[in-house]
Amino acid sequence: MGQTERLWAEVERISAGGPRQYHEKLRQQGKMFVRERLAKLLDPGSFVEDGLLARCEDPGLPADAVVTGIGRINGRTVCIMASDATVKAGTWGARTVEKIVRIQEQALKFNVPLLYLVDSAGGRITDQVEMFPGRRHAGRIFYNQVKMSGRVPQVCVLFGPSPAGAAYLPALSDVVIMVDGNASAYLGSPRMAEMVIGEKVDHETMGGARMHCTVSGLGDFLAASEDEAIELMKRYLSYMPDNWMGVPPAEPPQEPDGTVPLSSVVPPDQNTPFNMYRFIDGLVDGGSFFEIKKEYAPELITGFARLNGRVIGIVANQPAVKGGVLFVDSADKGARFIWLCNAYNIPLLFLADVPGFMIGSRVERQGIIRHGAKMICAVSEATVPKISVIVRKAYGAGLYAMAGPAFEPDACIALPRAQIAIMGPEAAVNAVYYNKIQELPQDERPSFVAAKRAEYAADIDIFRLASELIVDAVVDPDQLRAELIRRFAAAAGKAVTFTERRCPVYPV
Amino acid sequence: MTPVTAPMTGIVYQLPAAVGTTVSEGDSIAILESMKMHVPVPAPKAGRVKEIRVQEGEFVEEGAILALIE
Repeated sequence: MGQTERLWAEVERISAGGPRQYHEKLRQQGKMFVRERLAKLLDPGSFVEDGLLARCEDPGLPADAVVTGIGRINGRTVCIMASDATVKAGTWGARTVEKIVRIQEQALKFNVPLLYLVDSAGGRITDQVEMFPGRRHAGRIFYNQVKMSGRVPQVCVLFGPSPAGAAYLPALSDVVIMVDGNASAYLGSPRMAEMVIGEKVDHETMGGARMHCTVSGLGDFLAASEDEAIELMKRYLSYMPDNWMGVPPAEPPQEPDGTVPLSSVVPPDQNTPFNMYRFIDGLVDGGSFFEIKKEYAPELITGFARLNGRVIGIVANQPAVKGGVLFVDSADKGARFIWLCNAYNIPLLFLADVPGFMIGSRVERQGIIRHGAKMICAVSEATVPKISVIVRKAYGAGLYAMAGPAFEPDACIALPRAQIAIMGPEAAVNAVYYNKIQELPQDERPSFVAAKRAEYAADIDIFRLASELIVDAVVDPDQLRAELIRRFAAAAGKAVTFTERRCPVYPV
Repeated sequence: MTPVTAPMTGIVYQLPAAVGTTVSEGDSIAILESMKMHVPVPAPKAGRVKEIRVQEGEFVEEGAILALIE
């Protein structure tokens, strides 16, 4: 056989992946072969592959269980690493790791996103001296991820497992899509947990997609199928620039989906819940809202949208869930989303209707103060255009976490019925006049309390706050969209540096 | 039997669905007052209210079982 014939024979053999029985297993699990996934994801004919011939002298290790290369999605260049679960269960061997490290280096050099399509049983223990401890071994993959974070988008899709050390791969990506039923991540497998700590627990409970998307927060999107996961990946990238210096691509403007005027979405009574999704629907371009971490800490809504065709990131309290109060998990979710938007040049819109951070011994033990501080840290650091809208109320540190006036928003806008205060009138009157109320005869208390509440309400009246220049504008809700379009357009050229230093001491 | 649990710590403000009521998923089984907000507690699934375990005015911790639906 000549060398060219040998090449074609090798390409054909290696491109077919591992043994037939493992292809059959994929089908039973509802999974696609790695090259089918790439075919669905990438523009036809756009893929160029590196390291196809890695370990070609070993017939049992086609491409050493990973496909790496460069392709295009809707015309935009992306780097890819994709596990091949038909070869040694997609494990990381001697050349797998080198291939992954190299594609990371390529993505950084070319300033383009890197996509991790993961379906791997972890490190290959038989290869450990060649893939685990050294300078360009598995640790370098995570080191590189940290170095890339905030420079080029890193999107991770778990089509299957990513256990033990490999679990840091999703954790260090910008966003994680998990296929329900097949994806999993855990440091120790159920079998190991039983052996080492005596816990008996099933795979899904330990580290399934649903658990990570609803409880741990490691997952951002719960996909019902591989097809849906691939569509989510494409859609996510449509809101992203190629790198930190770029601008997310614009699209033709659309009218909002919401048919109800925004003025009628928000109830006048501060204590009555309403659905913030209806407010968002009435504000942003139709069909453009793309929610991140929908199933996790739903008292805070985070997601991308388009406003007059331009991408923005929305952080909105959801009064329909837990009163819109900020908890440990919602503060964490908010902080991470703000960092994501700030990293990739995505202007931030805050829609505040927040009674404050949760109080009580339970949340104090969970560290509500330091988690709240984390969100306040992220809001402070964000130098992309940011606008804060006080939709109904912003009490206490809730005002700070939602980019209140002290946090350098380009504008803090209030709707006409908005209340901004340390706390609401009921709590404040009780706090200030507690002793006085106790001294009064029972029948005199209600009228005293009502009078003090009215005084308090007058003190924090939004026209007074506007008069004192606390807020920059009070806007009719039905004019809010037009106002935000003009203000974000004006801020488009914003270029500021927060401060110079090595790094802040992050509250986490 | 499906438990209806408190989504956050607070006081039971109202119990709109009496024992025996047939409810749809999402109907309010209880309304808590917490952080000066009224927080509806929706039925996690359709069924009949089998038992209510709390009274109006009672303090409940996050996760406490308020009612059972069958």
